Amino acid sequence: MQQFINVTLTGLTEGMVYAAFALALVLIWRSTRIVNFAQGSMAAATAFIALALIQAGWSYWAALVVALVSGFVMGAVIERVVVRRVEGGPELNAVIVTLGLFVAIQAGIAIVFGSSFQSFPTPFGLQGFQVGDNRIAFTPTSLYVIGAVLVTMGLLVALFRFTRVGLAMRASAFGQEVARLLGVRVGRMLTLGWGLAAVVGSLAGLLIAGGEFIYPAYMDSLIVFGFVAAVLGGLDSPIGAVVGGLILGLALSYVSGYVPRGSALVNVSALVILMVVLLVRPGGLFASSTARRA
Amino acid sequence: MSDLQSPTTDTATAPGKATSSPPTEATAGGDQPTATRRRSLLPSSTLLRHLLLLALGAVATVVILEITDPFTNSQLATLSYYAIAAGGLTVLTGMNGQISLGHGALMAVGAYTTALFLSAEEPPPLPLILLAAIVVATAVGALVGVAAARLHGPYLAGATLALAVGLPGLAIYFHDWLGGEQGMRVRAPRAPEAFDSFISTVSGNSATNTKWLAYVGAICLLITYFLLANLVRSRVGRTWRAVRDQEVAAELAGINLGAWRVLAFTVSAAAAGLAGGVLALVVRLAAPSGFTLVLSLSLLTAIVIGGLGSLLGALLGSALLVFLPPFVTDLGAGWGLDNTEAAQLAPFVYGVVLIVAMIFAPAGFIGTLRMRWLTSRAKRSAARSSGG
Amino acid sequence: MTDARTHGSTAVTTTGGTATAPALLEIEGLTSSYGPVRALDGVSLSAEAGRITAVLGANGAGKTTLLRTVSGLVRCSAGRVTLGGEDITSAPVEAMVGKGMAHVPEGRGVIAELTVDENLRVGSLFRGKVGREEFDRVYDLFPRIAERRDQPAHVLSGGERQMLVIGRALIAKPRILLLDEPSLGLAPRIVAQIFGLLRHLVDTEGLSVLLVEQNARSALSVADVGVVLNLGRVVVTDSARTLMGDEDLRHAYLGF
Repeated sequence: MQQFINVTLTGLTEGMVYAAFALALVLIWRSTRIVNFAQGSMAAATAFIALALIQAGWSYWAALVVALVSGFVMGAVIERVVVRRVEGGPELNAVIVTLGLFVAIQAGIAIVFGSSFQSFPTPFGLQGFQVGDNRIAFTPTSLYVIGAVLVTMGLLVALFRFTRVGLAMRASAFGQEVARLLGVRVGRMLTLGWGLAAVVGSLAGLLIAGGEFIYPAYMDSLIVFGFVAAVLGGLDSPIGAVVGGLILGLALSYVSGYVPRGSALVNVSALVILMVVLLVRPGGLFASSTARRA
Repeated sequence: MSDLQSPTTDTATAPGKATSSPPTEATAGGDQPTATRRRSLLPSSTLLRHLLLLALGAVATVVILEITDPFTNSQLATLSYYAIAAGGLTVLTGMNGQISLGHGALMAVGAYTTALFLSAEEPPPLPLILLAAIVVATAVGALVGVAAARLHGPYLAGATLALAVGLPGLAIYFHDWLGGEQGMRVRAPRAPEAFDSFISTVSGNSATNTKWLAYVGAICLLITYFLLANLVRSRVGRTWRAVRDQEVAAELAGINLGAWRVLAFTVSAAAAGLAGGVLALVVRLAAPSGFTLVLSLSLLTAIVIGGLGSLLGALLGSALLVFLPPFVTDLGAGWGLDNTEAAQLAPFVYGVVLIVAMIFAPAGFIGTLRMRWLTSRAKRSAARSSGG
Repeated sequence: MTDARTHGSTAVTTTGGTATAPALLEIEGLTSSYGPVRALDGVSLSAEAGRITAVLGANGAGKTTLLRTVSGLVRCSAGRVTLGGEDITSAPVEAMVGKGMAHVPEGRGVIAELTVDENLRVGSLFRGKVGREEFDRVYDLFPRIAERRDQPAHVLSGGERQMLVIGRALIAKPRILLLDEPSLGLAPRIVAQIFGLLRHLVDTEGLSVLLVEQNARSALSVADVGVVLNLGRVVVTDSARTLMGDEDLRHAYLGF
């Protein structure tokens, strides 16, 4: 029972990070029909920026803010300068461009910051809370991770639901041509959308890094998990991405907690889950009906 | 031992089996332009033409491997496995429009199969081992292909990405068999005696093991490209192109899209398996760190540079994968980067190349050159006809 | 019959035969192509303020391309478009609505993922803050969509969608409304209702409409002026009543 609780709590915490990362992929997918495979590298780049600042004596929080802002700038610039040129073109071209960004940014990180493993700090403790006689696998850092993702999601909901910019962004995502005819500057909205998505992706990268080691390719698994989570939720639905992230987090945590030496099987399990979903329910677990697409 | 001799004697008697020489393939393998220009010189039958090219390639291989130093020989061995894998991938992506980021993982399947067989007390003959590598990778590829046939674009990319990241984990899970993180050392089989005598007859060079492996790689490469070239020009290749370009029409014509996509994936997995086998021999190691995502993305870079769908392009792209890293690493060292930093310049360039190629020359550099050439030829002939 | 095939002519609209002052929307010698296919070949026409101008013609005559070129979605290779005297030929699409032109595209362009109310609000975005009473006015015009204001737009029927997009265009307070095939796929009763409402808005509020329709009979019953397009060229421009009376023309180009 103790183990079950621990494994579940770990799964939920990691699931929240996957959810955030999946959300970043979904935001971009629904506005530009592009899966941003560079999201992981972009997030890693901001984590290294944060680490450099922390090593230079900055506080974690100041470094976090700078990292998120640089994530926004990176996302916006990449959309404006690179992705804009392949938007609406053959889907294979867009895929290859984001893969090119993925490799180039990852290599760029290694050139600028080196390829060695570096420990990334967390502002909160890594020791589990005491419940009765037992210490559970739920740490102040876990709480911070979950809280940070929830706050971010809340802000996103508020932005999209209650602000004019949010409405313009949604209109641009779902009806580019109509939005343009109604005077919405769609190009700007797409740039903004990429920037925001990059912020969310960066946050996921910074949260998963807390208390762990980072290296240029540390987000490689997360890009897969984020993609699987997003596909679980249907790739189009922000809520689906969050639920998909939590489901995946739990599933992988159970594999790694209950299967002997299961931690080596986590990536393969993600592959198996993805394959099953794509073959059985290609529209995602929550695909309500095809009418939505009409 | 007698089994091992067969490829060698093949090379000696019927020089029909070897090339890793970019320059020669450039003229020999350049199907479209050269074939059109010199139609009169080449046999009209596709099969005969390809046989002739194969023979030319074999001769060129021997010449190139014998006039270059041992280091270049080992580079050319590396080129051969990249080119085999890229050849398979270009058939998949270029001909059939499917993308795969999982070919690195399929190469791992071939490499581990080869390593397992070679670790036996009495290893079977090398051709059989490589055949086994092909068979196992083909089986895995068919499995993946069945899933992949229903996916497209970003979904397929994501699924094969998961394959590339996930599959090497199995080597760690089954570490008693597969050696875990450290991987498996590969004892490359020694060259047969006939090889020694062949080399001493041809060039008088010493028949080192490095040279032997370079020949093995080259033979595999020539056979692969010969088979792929024929396949691409056959009814199968035409159907693949129809599935890619005219999905709806092909379906209406009664073509089972899914089955043809699975076939393309399977064929290309077979090439990846062979490439993995050669890699294991040349690198003498099969380890998870050898099959990272960057390997898959490098292959993608090679075929994108080559123009997606051209075997010649895949070969030239693979040559870039081999000869660019030392070049840019030197360049980086010159700028004051340390070794590990400079080593990252190559993947950096791959990434930039992918982006730039997709934005400015989506047909790839070979494709773009070919297009330029065709355009200028059309212009010339138009000018001529209007002049006359 | 006015043969307007003369390129670049000023093509002053003939409403009952009298030439008037420069019209609200002037299109002169507009030419545009999809690749090698020339979709518009020197189209000239004008839409006057406070009138409904109907552009008619068979499928492929260039009607939709005409609207898309006017609003900048398709770039023209020659010709000129002016709105209230201002040259808007090369103005960006996003700027058109600010200049007073609202284009409701073919297929209606409801954003299915947004609610009915959000769809209307998108129409007001470019104007900054818009008072609630303006939305209420649209809901008064279309009570059927008012009932569904908080539902996602994909639940609307075809007629309701058409009402929503017209309402959304009205929120933008346009000087001229460009409507592309509003009757497509709708029951005749709904078409009559929508056209009746358009007529009402034109007569009472001075709205101007450039209406593209394949359903020529309905369109001419509500329009003041009709322009017949064929293969990218203007064949006839005349008052709607005259066109209705010209049996040969109706048979040749309008199919009724």
